[in-house]
Amino acid sequence: MKHLIIIGNGIAGITTARHVRQQDSRVGITVISAESEHFYSRTALMYIYMGHMTYAHTKPYEDGFWAKNRIDLLQGYVEQVDTSTKRIRLADGKWLDYDVLVVATGSVSTTFDWPGLTASGVQGLYGLPDLERMEQFTTGIDRAVVVGGGLIGVELAEMLRSRHIAVTMLVRDPHYWSSTLPAEEGKLIGRHLLRHGIDLRLETELKEILAWRGPAGPRSADASGRVRAVVTKAGEEIPCQFVGLGIGVTPNVAFLKNSGIELGKGVLVNEYFETNVADVYAIGDCNEFRQPIVGTDGALRKPIEQIWYTSRMHGETLARTICGSRTAYRPGVFFNSAKFFDIEYQTYGTLNAQLTDDEQTYYWEHPAGEQCLRINYRKTDQSVVGIHAFGLRLRQAVCEHWIQQRTPVENVLSQFRQADFNPEFSEFYTDQLAGHTPAGSPNRRKGWFRRLFSTTH
Amino acid sequence: MQTTGQRIGLTAFLIGFALFIATLPLSRYVLTDKVLSQTINKEQLAAVRMATASMQGKVYGSSVGFVGDFRAAIARLNEGYKQRNETSRFIHDYAFPVTKAASTGFFSDNSQLFFWLILLLCVGGALLYILPAQRALPGIKNNGIYQDPATNRGWIGVVVCGFLIGFYVLLYFFPEYMTNWVLLFDPLSQLLNGGPASQWFVYGTLYTLVILVMGVRMMVKYRHSRYQQLRTLSVMFFQVVFAFLIPELLAFFHQPAQDLKNMWPLDYSFYFDYRIDEKIKAGTFGIFLLVWGTALWMLGVPILTYFYGKRWYCSWVCGCGGLAETLGDPYRQLSDKRLVVWKLERIMVHSVLVFAVVMTALVLYTYWSGQPSLFGFLDSYGIRSVYGSAIGAIFAGVLGTGFYPVFGSRVWCRFGCPLAAYLGLVQRFKSRFRITTNGGQCISCGNCSTYCEMGIDVRWYAQRGQDIVRSSCVGCGICSAVCPRGVLNLETDSVTTRNTNPGPILLGNNSFRIQP
Repeated sequence: MKHLIIIGNGIAGITTARHVRQQDSRVGITVISAESEHFYSRTALMYIYMGHMTYAHTKPYEDGFWAKNRIDLLQGYVEQVDTSTKRIRLADGKWLDYDVLVVATGSVSTTFDWPGLTASGVQGLYGLPDLERMEQFTTGIDRAVVVGGGLIGVELAEMLRSRHIAVTMLVRDPHYWSSTLPAEEGKLIGRHLLRHGIDLRLETELKEILAWRGPAGPRSADASGRVRAVVTKAGEEIPCQFVGLGIGVTPNVAFLKNSGIELGKGVLVNEYFETNVADVYAIGDCNEFRQPIVGTDGALRKPIEQIWYTSRMHGETLARTICGSRTAYRPGVFFNSAKFFDIEYQTYGTLNAQLTDDEQTYYWEHPAGEQCLRINYRKTDQSVVGIHAFGLRLRQAVCEHWIQQRTPVENVLSQFRQADFNPEFSEFYTDQLAGHTPAGSPNRRKGWFRRLFSTTH
Repeated sequence: MQTTGQRIGLTAFLIGFALFIATLPLSRYVLTDKVLSQTINKEQLAAVRMATASMQGKVYGSSVGFVGDFRAAIARLNEGYKQRNETSRFIHDYAFPVTKAASTGFFSDNSQLFFWLILLLCVGGALLYILPAQRALPGIKNNGIYQDPATNRGWIGVVVCGFLIGFYVLLYFFPEYMTNWVLLFDPLSQLLNGGPASQWFVYGTLYTLVILVMGVRMMVKYRHSRYQQLRTLSVMFFQVVFAFLIPELLAFFHQPAQDLKNMWPLDYSFYFDYRIDEKIKAGTFGIFLLVWGTALWMLGVPILTYFYGKRWYCSWVCGCGGLAETLGDPYRQLSDKRLVVWKLERIMVHSVLVFAVVMTALVLYTYWSGQPSLFGFLDSYGIRSVYGSAIGAIFAGVLGTGFYPVFGSRVWCRFGCPLAAYLGLVQRFKSRFRITTNGGQCISCGNCSTYCEMGIDVRWYAQRGQDIVRSSCVGCGICSAVCPRGVLNLETDSVTTRNTNPGPILLGNNSFRIQP
């Protein structure tokens, strides 16, 4: 192999490039992106808008890193992939030859056919262009509507609130993020959103988006078709100057339609990320597994898993294959994280919104109602299948070990301080779990003097 | 969004601040016989009186003219001594005490009115501005920091920077022009140490006030984090009690004044002859101070740093750190994170440490041997005065604090502090402290690196799943606080468990496992 082309400079593509370079010092590597010259952290988009950081801060590597590691960066939009001659065409007409092609093009924001969707001031949040548009659309406004009760929806809401814009949030389900969260957690987040001044509308769906139309509108400056309100399915009209769509993302694969590369919702791949065409691989948000992937804990993974961590693991694994040792993707215990305004969220293993028939659950909530912990375990052998925490920090290595080793819930609870990753002097919540553990178990923190000399956490 | 109360507070603060600056040119200066007899040595009084006869009774509208004439008169006098080879009669610079004593008029008659008015407006206004932030929900609120000209190196930052630099230049090099500020603090000084205020008393008092007021801000901002709260209370306590009250009270009881938590080599004059002599003269207590100060850096640093990391000093106790963690908090994000700057930092800070050690060794050599120089050219008096002005005044003061709003809050600690370098060596090579990263949880967002005041690219380590073991880390814990995913934690454990060599892939991927 002489030339590796990676389309997409997100975490999937960049991880592949870095790991290939670590293992192979000779291969030519070109990373193509239409979005940005350098790799930046997509997860930090919201912090740019909120003024926590500038764009430059979101770049995990200094600009000189790429030349130093001989990873060529090319800004351009790939319009066509010709797999028969192994080359790609950029929007400027230039052709590039590849020996191995990696498609890591990520996602685009999902939309539905809502009437009025094309009004200006209506958008999703996925990349830098979205951020620029949002900056422009939300300057000087005071009312916005966010559609969708998921991770992007809450990010949009937090961004808008940071600029003191009133936010109405439309959530289809009876509680926040009900596809993933059990009711208690969904309600906990719902309460937190209300405390942050979000006008949270549960069981409310968007029917239509209304825009100003020409001179008929009361404000001539808005003749451009700016959004003026949304209408819910219940018929309520909610005035607003901006609509943020956070109803999910879809693989960004439209440019491959006539390439001969087989597509489902995403680029169809096997567990080696191989597409139906030789030397073409797809990783990250944009791929879709033909056969379900099973993690080493035995849990089934989603065929399309649009998660930062997953994309990174795809990149790590594919680099091995590209460098000559064909390696199947075998994720460990599932994990993910998020932050809902001030409440951090971590999840490990399988934690369904609804318990399955052979599962039981343990739930603890702090009296103040902003922290909670849930552990799901099997009825049969009491072994833990999933753990998640809100407002608490858990140690990934410990949680993974418990789930992978099918540790009984009783042991997990009695040893829970091993998973405590909260800063020093934090309130020691694991004492409160004691009601569920056998009396006299070593659940207390060691004294400061003993901890000073101890060799375990 | 600012509330009405906050706007009132900000306005009050700005008025108080403007008033404080406006007091500087508010006096008139008259050299009288009383002024001279109050300030000049008895042996020299007659000569000075003669030399300054033309100034007597003349009313000066500004300190500039007054100081100019006075210095010129003394210079003529010294010139005469020089020609007659009477160098032992040289008269040193009396400009500061004479100008202070010569101050007359409305301001000096009413300096206490000004003092209380300024204090009330500045402290009260600042608190009115700070306290309403309590009403927001607890949590990291860095909204708008990079959109605000006060914190993104914008025009407000530049103005504040200009003021701070001006203040330090005045303080270190031209104190005779800030005598009106010193007059404000005279009664407070009388109360605490029984003597009149010096420019250093003014500086110490302002420093303490700033740490207290901005400490309150810190307590409000990080009220969701007990680590930050305790740490802030700690720096406030050590500043008020150890750096401010105890030395003043020691002076009141005519003991050698010493900040019991400060230590060599940050306190670079600790082993200077006059300070050793002063302690020996003070008897048992003086000897205790000498032993205490030596034990701090000889035993305290290695032992406490082994157990807790250098944070036990730098972000919990130290006065420079205390200012950086309170006044400097709004500027922490401005530190430079580039690799080249890290290289520069290592060269500079360790050079200063070597400089401090060599300088102290020479000073002690002179002290024991009576020889002013070693090998004929290493002149300990010359070297100590270079260190004092270049490192002590310009680096630590003018550059270190003056440039807070441009280069961030830890310029001195990062590039110049010899004690930080020494603590850092212990932390890097023999300490239980590290910042752990939580498996594969990092999303590379960059908040940790951005808000690291020491310019450590924390993310570089976090996204590799590597523990952060850096000599410069002061353990402030802000990286952990701003992390939106709970990836970073300050921890102590046995030295060998520091994970500084992670495998090629992160936790969570079991496709292949390669041992590091």
